[in-house]
Amino acid sequence: MTESVIHLENIHKIYDTGAVRVHALRGVSLDIGKGEFVAIMGSSGSGKSTLMNTLGCLDRPTSGKYLLDGMDVSTLGKDERADIRNRKLGFVFQGYNLLRRTTAIENVELPLIYAGVNAAERTRRSRLALAVVGLASREDNAPNELSGGQQQRVAIARALVNGPSLLLADEPTGNLDSRTSVEIMSVFQQLNEEAGLTIVLVTHEPDIAQYAKRMIVVKDGLITRDDLIRDRRNAAADLAKLKPVVDEVLEQTI
Amino acid sequence: MILPVMKMAFSALARNKVRSALTMLGIIIGVASVITMVSLGQGAQIQVQDQISSMGTNLLIVSAGSQRGAGGVRAGGGTASTITLEDVAALGQAPSVSAVSPGVTASVTLVAGNQNWTTRAEGVAPTYLAIRNRAISAGTFFTDSDVRSAARVAVVGQTVVNQLMLGSEAVGQMIRVRNLPFRIVGVLTAKGQSSFGQDQDDTVLIPYTTAMKKLLSATYVPTVYVSAADPAATTQAEAQINDILQQRHRKQAGQDPDFNVRNLTDVADAAESTTRVMTLLLGGIAGVSLLVGGIGIMNIMLVSVTERTREIGIRMAVGARSNAVQNQFLIESLALGLAGGVIGILLGCGVSLLVSKIAAWPSAISPMSVIVSAVFSMAIGVFFGYYPARKAANLDPIEALRFE
Repeated sequence: MTESVIHLENIHKIYDTGAVRVHALRGVSLDIGKGEFVAIMGSSGSGKSTLMNTLGCLDRPTSGKYLLDGMDVSTLGKDERADIRNRKLGFVFQGYNLLRRTTAIENVELPLIYAGVNAAERTRRSRLALAVVGLASREDNAPNELSGGQQQRVAIARALVNGPSLLLADEPTGNLDSRTSVEIMSVFQQLNEEAGLTIVLVTHEPDIAQYAKRMIVVKDGLITRDDLIRDRRNAAADLAKLKPVVDEVLEQTI
Repeated sequence: MILPVMKMAFSALARNKVRSALTMLGIIIGVASVITMVSLGQGAQIQVQDQISSMGTNLLIVSAGSQRGAGGVRAGGGTASTITLEDVAALGQAPSVSAVSPGVTASVTLVAGNQNWTTRAEGVAPTYLAIRNRAISAGTFFTDSDVRSAARVAVVGQTVVNQLMLGSEAVGQMIRVRNLPFRIVGVLTAKGQSSFGQDQDDTVLIPYTTAMKKLLSATYVPTVYVSAADPAATTQAEAQINDILQQRHRKQAGQDPDFNVRNLTDVADAAESTTRVMTLLLGGIAGVSLLVGGIGIMNIMLVSVTERTREIGIRMAVGARSNAVQNQFLIESLALGLAGGVIGILLGCGVSLLVSKIAAWPSAISPMSVIVSAVFSMAIGVFFGYYPARKAANLDPIEALRFE
């Protein structure tokens, strides 16, 4: 694949804590092209988090080669990796990871501050990113004034604001109820289809993985399955179907 | 990029107002006590200096050597007839000397009406007043023309006025000095005892020419009062006096001089070094409290770094370099130090003014101590903030994000 966003070649990661040596990745090779939507699945301890951290340039592989957008990032230092994360990557976490007591727009601005963008441009781009995830009206709300789904949307806006080549989502629906999960997945699908954004999603829920286009299963530090998803689900359609159910539930609780 | 990072730092401080205020309190107390202690110490130093300079500003006393009598018996200092009026004039030309006055002393009995009183008459020049730091309370001092004409005029001390019962109308009255009639032209302002227990008001001052020609028939000067140009120049003045007199008296270098020079700098030095040690001691104690304030900053910053580990992780994940994280925390501690320093300076100035007012103690708020403590409090902010800031910057983003 020439248009690879991610190109992994025989990636090993060994955690050496002195007493114990953990071989978390045992030679992973992987290519992810532009515009793909990949779900990475695996049980805990399978190495999927290590793979995610490696893809996210949060960690450096012990050996192997990682090309991101054609650039070798496997040997970069701490600050260079910070710059790569700042310019090329967007992160969405399970626990949202927003700054407390900081408004939505200030949270979204954060990557732009470290990129050295001026204040007016920061505000403009942050507003735009919040509008994309449907939160234009909640700019000045702090995370504790927002629902879980809204907080995750702010996190997605923050991941989008620097125009990344790759969006990495680590269990983005882990803390959300099923309806909100589908909502978030519809945001991802929309970004992937309309804006052509490359997305890598880590999840352990097969339902959620069904919204992606390709599924990778990691086990014992190796990729054991790599398939295209056949009966792919459409989050927008699911949401329409879910609506009455949720209303019923609401009525019942009331 | 430093501007938004500064904004982040300030909003982090504003979020924890009570904590920030308490942290600053340590620096505030430290800086305030440094300024108060140093200004009070320097006030004490000024007071001591005032007392010493009241003995005579920059005074040097040159006395003639002792007379060697028959059989080698040496009389006391000032008895040798070695210093002449020409010597005195030459001393007045020395570069570090601002004024000279001969001092010709005679024990005299004064008579006024039916009262008499034995005291010390001193023949001096009009410059004496400035050299010995004396003042006139009534009348005037005698003039250079009185000196030229060897006029029989006298300036009397308060004790003499009292003993002779001259009353408040002393100026203009006639008194007899060794049976010669003198007109009183002025009265010295009372000064009380000298630090050596001598009554400085029990004296009568007359022109030195009068003393030499009419009272003593002497041609030599036993004592010369010399005023150095400024306190720092006394040592130079002393050397110049030595050179001039040695040369004029045709003595070889190394040969024993036929005069000696005394000054009050030793006394002043001792007193000054005492108060300086006091100031240093007080400042040192206050400095310790400033140090403790700095440790307070470090403590709070360490807590803050631990507490905000997750925040640091988020910042790193979205692309903050180590330096940006470090700077944010450094700016926070610098701001704490600086704000504490400014408040402490204001408080310290206020307290030292208040203390000096209540205790009637001179206080000298030295700009130096203000500048030093301002710079020092910032330095403390940076110094004690550096370790926590480094700790924050060295966090591993993965670990930091996982921190609960």
